[in-house]
Amino acid sequence: MQSAAWYITLISVISLIGVFYFVISNSKVKEEYSSFSKAWYGVRGKWFIFLIILWVTLLIITLKPFPLPSQTENYSDKGDQIIDVSGHQWYWVMSSDTVVIDKPVVFQVTTGDVNHGFGVYNEKLELVAQVQAMPGYTNKLVYTFTQPGKYRILCLEYCGVAHHGMIGELNVKES
Amino acid sequence: MSKATVDKIHYSDAENRGALIAVKAHLITGFLVFLLMMLGGAVMRAAQGALMPSVGADLFYQIMTVHGVGVVGTSAIASTGILWYFLRQYVQLSTKIFWLNFFIFLTGVVIILGSIFLGGYAGAWTFLYPLPGISLGVWSTGAAAGFLIGLLLIGTGFLILYLDWGRAILSRYGSFGQALGLPQLFGKEPLNPYHPTTVVVGTMVLIVDFLGIAAGAVALVIMLINLYNPEFKPDALLVKNLIYFFGHVIINAAMYASVSAVYELLPQYTGRPYKTSKVFYAAWFAIVFMVMAVYPHHLYMDFPLPKWIMIVGQVLSYGSGIPLMVVTGYGALMLVYRSGIQWNTSAKLLILSMFGWAAGGIPAVLDSMITFNKVLHNTLWVPGHFHFYLLLGLLPMILGFTLYLFNIPQEKEPPLVEKLGFYSYAGGALLLSLVFLNSGSNGIPRRWAVHLDEWIPYAQLGAVAAVLVVFGFLLFTVRVLIVLPKAAEPVPAAVH
Ligand SMILES: [Cu+2]
Repeated sequence: MQSAAWYITLISVISLIGVFYFVISNSKVKEEYSSFSKAWYGVRGKWFIFLIILWVTLLIITLKPFPLPSQTENYSDKGDQIIDVSGHQWYWVMSSDTVVIDKPVVFQVTTGDVNHGFGVYNEKLELVAQVQAMPGYTNKLVYTFTQPGKYRILCLEYCGVAHHGMIGELNVKES
Repeated sequence: MSKATVDKIHYSDAENRGALIAVKAHLITGFLVFLLMMLGGAVMRAAQGALMPSVGADLFYQIMTVHGVGVVGTSAIASTGILWYFLRQYVQLSTKIFWLNFFIFLTGVVIILGSIFLGGYAGAWTFLYPLPGISLGVWSTGAAAGFLIGLLLIGTGFLILYLDWGRAILSRYGSFGQALGLPQLFGKEPLNPYHPTTVVVGTMVLIVDFLGIAAGAVALVIMLINLYNPEFKPDALLVKNLIYFFGHVIINAAMYASVSAVYELLPQYTGRPYKTSKVFYAAWFAIVFMVMAVYPHHLYMDFPLPKWIMIVGQVLSYGSGIPLMVVTGYGALMLVYRSGIQWNTSAKLLILSMFGWAAGGIPAVLDSMITFNKVLHNTLWVPGHFHFYLLLGLLPMILGFTLYLFNIPQEKEPPLVEKLGFYSYAGGALLLSLVFLNSGSNGIPRRWAVHLDEWIPYAQLGAVAAVLVVFGFLLFTVRVLIVLPKAAEPVPAAVH
């Protein structure tokens, strides 16, 4: 997902540079505005329609099914692996530090003091899942690991001057 | 009055001189503070790249706090300078109140600087409840209160200024709807293509900033009460909503305020008018609402937030890019195409700003989709997109406007300093933004004083880019300090 975001951005930025280059390299000659304004307004209309279609398509693709886990569901009845997590300045407390692959893990995340960010990183330091730890709330993050290994929990919400030291560990084992 | 001309407000020469001095003060302040903030940014990147071991975590997070709040505040004050300069040509504005806001702003800045560098406050500009009150002894309650009070004061100054704008717009146009061109949009009145774009912009900024600051003030007051009376515990999610609504509106409104420079100046450089139309009114009317409704994309990772708010956030975050991509950016390119434009540095910067705004919107829209946000939120992807916006969108507008005020004849070849400044700044800013984005896509978290070994090369490349930005901006700042104070009021070029 992250590399998709990166390449989409890179390709779009390069295309935009192309558009600006085209216009700028065509800026020195002088032509009556009315001789082309109608035509380019026409292009604008089509561009607008394209953006609207893209808008609707992206919404449908990315919102159905809704990409966040239900917060009202009672996960403990389903036999999922449940870990209670709480963030503190500046460490993580987890009810267990071991889970198995291919079975959903429900992280029930809260905080003992300020806002923190619960970010799960794999061995290659890729961010695989995250949720905020918010005072007064327990946020349920559901994730199914597919690769075993030593995962790290990094804090992703600024929480004071040792924020960067807030690193926990999670062992993911073969089932 | 002929239909083809806008009747402008008449001021005495003394009034115009006074106004120009006030605008220059806003801009010069802006340049000096931006330069300092960029230096702070470069220091932070260097510290993350292990190039500056002398910057410990305490100092890093203090710099980070001042960098965040300083850039937003300076963007607001400098962009207000631009919009005020143009808006006073169409409605009767008070220079005294303009100065009043400026001095209240400076007072607030002094208090905030004291809270950070004397009191050790390092709770980030976001001051997320309850962090300012719970520092584990790093800073005192007084330091946190100083920061919040400083912000509250700055907000109050802006509210006073906006009251003056509101009074002026109402007395000239009768209602905000008229000023926004709504009767023309909905066919109740014939279309007037010479309705000033700046009045539309000014009205939009006034409405959204007023509400944004009001929300911010509520959050600040709630948190101040909590600091001294911890029994009073507000809902953390509610406060977070208020803070992000406030912050998001303020920085976005700074962009929209500055775009008045593009609308006013590009026609002068190309000799082509930027006429208002139904599409233009519709775009700006939509933006009034969208700017206020897109902030939830900061809160997707707070799962308990109602689902419908998140969906609205995602739908409108994308939507808010459309008016720009279809009206402002596209319109600017049409003005330039085959216009025979003389490329002075001001014109170059204004076109650069259109590129930066549009291009910076792409990673922003991606981040505003929950599917992407799940793995990009609070990584360096986020600073990536707003540095793109601010360094390549907002600042080039401010720079472009300032260079316009230099009042140098258009046909004159720009001096080498400007060319060098332009390429160092633009190249550095593009590299810096892309390094941030690429770091984010590699999972590097934001707001980490110390980086893991694997991340250090990214920070080092980022530091190099930051040096280029600082160097380019320094050249511009020196030139501004030399030329701007003495520059006479520019006489607008004819537009047909
Ligand atoms: Cu943290």
